[in-house]
Amino acid sequence: MSEAVALDKQAELKTDSKLEKLYSLGHFVVTGELGPPQHAEGHELEHHAHELKDIVDGFNLTDNQTAIVRLSSIAAGIHVLKGGGVPIIQMTCRDRNRIAMQSDLLGAYSLGIRDVLCLSGDHQSFGNHPTSKNVYDVDSVQLIAMVKKMRDDKKFLSDAVIKANEPRFFIGAVENPFGDPFEFRAIRLEKKVNAGADFIQTQAIFDLEKFARFMEMAVARGIHERTKITAGILPVRSVKALQYMKKDVAGMEIPDSLIERMKKAEDPKKEGIQVAIEMCNELKKIPGVAGIHIMPVGWEAALPEIVKGAGFLPRPKV
Amino acid sequence: MIVAEIKPIEEIAEAIKGAKKVLVAGCGGCVTVCLSGGQKETDIMASALRMKMKVDGQPLEIETATYERQCDPEYVIRFKEHLQDVDAVVSMACGVGVQFMAENYPEIIFVPGQNTKFAGAAIEHGIWEERCMLCGECVLAKTGGVCPVIRCSKSLMNGPCGGSQNGVCEISKDTPCAWQLIYDRLKGQGRLDMMTEVLPAKNWSKNRDGGPRKIVREDVRL
Ligand code: SF4
Ligand code: SF4
Repeated sequence: MSEAVALDKQAELKTDSKLEKLYSLGHFVVTGELGPPQHAEGHELEHHAHELKDIVDGFNLTDNQTAIVRLSSIAAGIHVLKGGGVPIIQMTCRDRNRIAMQSDLLGAYSLGIRDVLCLSGDHQSFGNHPTSKNVYDVDSVQLIAMVKKMRDDKKFLSDAVIKANEPRFFIGAVENPFGDPFEFRAIRLEKKVNAGADFIQTQAIFDLEKFARFMEMAVARGIHERTKITAGILPVRSVKALQYMKKDVAGMEIPDSLIERMKKAEDPKKEGIQVAIEMCNELKKIPGVAGIHIMPVGWEAALPEIVKGAGFLPRPKV
Repeated sequence: MIVAEIKPIEEIAEAIKGAKKVLVAGCGGCVTVCLSGGQKETDIMASALRMKMKVDGQPLEIETATYERQCDPEYVIRFKEHLQDVDAVVSMACGVGVQFMAENYPEIIFVPGQNTKFAGAAIEHGIWEERCMLCGECVLAKTGGVCPVIRCSKSLMNGPCGGSQNGVCEISKDTPCAWQLIYDRLKGQGRLDMMTEVLPAKNWSKNRDGGPRKIVREDVRL
């Protein structure tokens, strides 16, 4: 792409998010996920971000994932920034009402965060405070619309005007292609795009064939042209982890053939990386897939191996 | 109707400790229908309490009385004659009945005999399920007659979350996913396109988030 065209494209950008720039320049984006710790120290996050900043284009910071109390995703994002990485903060609807969310969005933006991923969040019954009160004042679709309203209309959800310095987030959303009703998933995705989702990250994919069917439906609706769909990968270290996900994690579809393959593996870790790499290569070929999002769940060392193995290096500089 | 469930007798016994005479007051309304606080259950509660207090070495005089409703002045007044020399009342009504009685007889100690659960339906004999959370602004017309506000564990208004699978909610295999129910209903009616509409953030000020609610109907006031 010529310099002039590239600059031209940049002129249309809605935000100064690096992710938006990468997507708009047509790069295949690669992001990773980091889980904030269950304590009040961020050095490790900063360290991971520093080590991996040239491996992935951005880091998702989960927001009290599975309803377990952790360092806040916004604080975690600041540690990632300190380490030189690009934070994508997650924001769930479970724990805060619209006042707290908008306040946190202002705060996050003021601290240099440019990307936010909007999701409803796991129910608190899964976490370490099952007796808590949940909020769900707004749902994920409404949250997306709220972030967009703050950015594009310069208004809070209530219609009160943001007189200056509106937060200009690049807005992400998630979709689980394996949730039910399956036929509704692409429609739901479209709903999120209509509400304002600039990019999408999908739930971890193990069942390629089903994911391809989901993408066919999304492409048929032209959704891939209105948003960037990033496919989720979760590397597994053991057959136990797979079996656990199959049995206990809602909305996960795991083919038996994969379980068999992991069972036979001599070095399950190595095999897990290999599976993830193969998955990247397959996903790349599916029409409409604009990037890969890797969720190592505590196995950060897997990130560089997968990204390298899949031929995603070096990452583009913008 | 309001569905309630009898509290553990130990909890009730603890709350009336020290009383010499107690009235167990039943209610002929919802709690009679859901078989937890009607005349029959009130009599059973009275004898169970009597026995327990005797075993515990705190013998107690217990009477019972049950009227149509404890949430209505017309019936609340009838309890008066039973309250002459009681130290406490165990009300077998829902939380509304307990409060309304307590308000009318402020000198008497009222103890709830029920855990008031939800607004639900008797889907089978012996099975009650929650159907409404009294949100103040009903959306059933948009959701195929299935309530997402209370029947979806996350009160989602725009379709199922990622945890919906095989028709059940992510929180438990015994909980149907409200959005699967909505989807099935609308699909059956050929109205699936209704699910593409983005429902805006709910106005919770119509719910109790707007403070305690009150309805005044001038046309029927005396
Ligand atoms: S929408 Fe509100 S009023 Fe209607 S059934 Fe649900 S909770 Fe009840
Ligand atoms: S699984 Fe269904 S009922 Fe449960 S929280 Fe998700 S959408 Fe709501």
